[in-house]
Amino acid sequence: MQDWTVISQPSTWELLLDFWRFEDMNALWVLMGSVLLGISASIIGGFAFLRKRSLVGDALAHAALPGVMMAFLLFETRDPVVMFLGALTSSFIGFFIIDWLPKNTKIKPDAALAITLSFFFALGLMLLSYIQGLQVENKSGLDKILFGQAAAMTQDDITLLTYVTLFVLLNVALFFQKLRLIAFNTQYARSLGISVKFYEFLLALLIVMSVVVGLQLVGVVLMAAVLLTPVAAARFWSDQLSRILIIAGSLGALSAVISTQISYLAPAMPTGPWMVVSLASLFLLSMLFAPNKGLLKRFLEQKRLRQKVSEENVLRTLYKLNEQSNFTRRYFNLPDIQALRAIPIDTLKKTLRSLGGKDLVVESTKGYRMTDTGMEQATQLTRRHRLWESYLNQQVELTPEQVHSQAERIEHILNEEQEQQLEAELRDRHSDPHGKPIPESQGEIK
Amino acid sequence: MNPDSRKAPITVNNLNMRYQYKPVLTDVSFEIPEGKTIAIVGPNGAGKSTLLKGIMGLEPLIEGEVKFFGEPLTKKRLATAYVPQREEIDWDFPIDVMDVVLMGRHGQLKLWQRPSKLDYEIAEQALKDLQMWDFKDRQISQLSGGQQQRVFLARALAQQASLYLMDEPFAGVDVATEKAIIELFKNLKAQGKTIVCVHHDLNTVGEYFDWIIFINARLVAAGPVETVLTKENLNKTYGGRLSLLNDLTETMYRTRLNQAHEND
Repeated sequence: MQDWTVISQPSTWELLLDFWRFEDMNALWVLMGSVLLGISASIIGGFAFLRKRSLVGDALAHAALPGVMMAFLLFETRDPVVMFLGALTSSFIGFFIIDWLPKNTKIKPDAALAITLSFFFALGLMLLSYIQGLQVENKSGLDKILFGQAAAMTQDDITLLTYVTLFVLLNVALFFQKLRLIAFNTQYARSLGISVKFYEFLLALLIVMSVVVGLQLVGVVLMAAVLLTPVAAARFWSDQLSRILIIAGSLGALSAVISTQISYLAPAMPTGPWMVVSLASLFLLSMLFAPNKGLLKRFLEQKRLRQKVSEENVLRTLYKLNEQSNFTRRYFNLPDIQALRAIPIDTLKKTLRSLGGKDLVVESTKGYRMTDTGMEQATQLTRRHRLWESYLNQQVELTPEQVHSQAERIEHILNEEQEQQLEAELRDRHSDPHGKPIPESQGEIK
Repeated sequence: MNPDSRKAPITVNNLNMRYQYKPVLTDVSFEIPEGKTIAIVGPNGAGKSTLLKGIMGLEPLIEGEVKFFGEPLTKKRLATAYVPQREEIDWDFPIDVMDVVLMGRHGQLKLWQRPSKLDYEIAEQALKDLQMWDFKDRQISQLSGGQQQRVFLARALAQQASLYLMDEPFAGVDVATEKAIIELFKNLKAQGKTIVCVHHDLNTVGEYFDWIIFINARLVAAGPVETVLTKENLNKTYGGRLSLLNDLTETMYRTRLNQAHEND
């Protein structure tokens, strides 16, 4: 095999074309199988994620390893159904230990999970090295289930995978409402008389089944990532559970396509790590660029708010300067403004420039002057600031010294309705606690 | 059934509950009347929520039994609606208001069944009764505390039960919600339904409720407001626990004496 590839190595591009022409039936089957697995593991993993049992999938995948090895030792065959049943059995034993320990001993769930996971994994590795020392047939590919190897999957593997994943998806579709109810509010579900135990068992069964058929493809070590990363990424995109699950399924499918293809191009590459790395990249992209909850969006919003606040602060300062001169002087320069409000000169210039762009301030050789619209806005801000100061002073009984810094923040978010409500609740609405007049309402600001 | 022969909505007999070895409730027995609003009152850690959960079978009983209209809970499930404490839920869960209220219909839906048009209409009415219809498409994470409480009440209302068990429905809600809950109580009472609430505000208990159950690890008093809302009962309820009773019960649980005794 190794010699043959050296002699006539086709180029990567040719292989890629071959892959997408679907001339290699086996590659097509593997692709379909892994896409199905990506979808079903992501969706069933979504429920584990929502129940805050994210790590259970990881423990179950590790717990499957000794089952596979035992099945091989007992039956000396690599028949997928035998392997599947072996893995299912030991995964379930693991599941019951994880469930039993916290309920009946002082061990907490996280410790139970960690103990079970590492014990089963160690047991599986022991059996694996024992098998590799034996003189038996067929043992060569067994170690592949540690990290997954799509290219090594047989037709029988794919058939089983297809049935199992379809079974999982069908169950999720049927029991979606009940699974969601239990994930949201278990005690309430119990109070309705719903057999929570049955659905918890069903969910565990579906997770175990997805994990076990995924071992060939993704491997024991990384299976948890395929269960959880898609839904964690999808959580950034939507607030609707059905939509989250669909997005998670699509991300799972996409990562399956990427990793199977790489496994086809470079058969020595394990599939699992590739799948997980592509999922993690998708997660990263979602976290940064998701339209509503992405970090980039939050950053931009924060930046816009900061800009708005500094513009409004400068307007207010200009108003106070106007007020100090009894509204006789209209032009002020940078030192005037800085004398009243500590702003770095660069920020101040930038802010004045953007106020100029909005036609709120005009610059001339005499200095800066507010336009009529600018004056209106500045008056309204001052009004809100002083109304809030009066409110805090009168109703919350804060001292005039305390109220100022509070009002500095609140002035930017008060709306017209709240302004009117404030006015209605104040006894004296003509001057603030510092004795400054509260300007009259400007009406609707354009 | 003839109304006179109807059994009490809830009969609690000799109920005992514990947390590990610490006794939470000891020998609680009472019976409540139908068509009344009933408050469970007691200091923090008195076992109010635990009592409600024990009644609903959500926490195990060490001893004792609870009857609903003279029958075990399994036979009266549909007649009973439970409203959990708001804090017990992850309000970041991706679900909207309508879907939460529809959960109230799931006690009657079998396995994979989805809510029908009728279920939607019932949920709609429940939301309207609590002035939450405008919020039906809202994500629950975007609701205020009072609105969250109203969604929970609407969900219980959608169960169309005759007995409502609520865990602190008035805790941390705004004035509008408080009014909505009182209105709801009135309507439910007019239909002859029974409401049991864990309540912590002594100032309003006489105004909102017809009946009071005072507990502090054991039953202090149970009866109509006019007779049991007395200084003496308040002192007994809030004046600290009977420490000897508590200590000895704990020792009993630790030594598993109650089991040893039964095997004699």
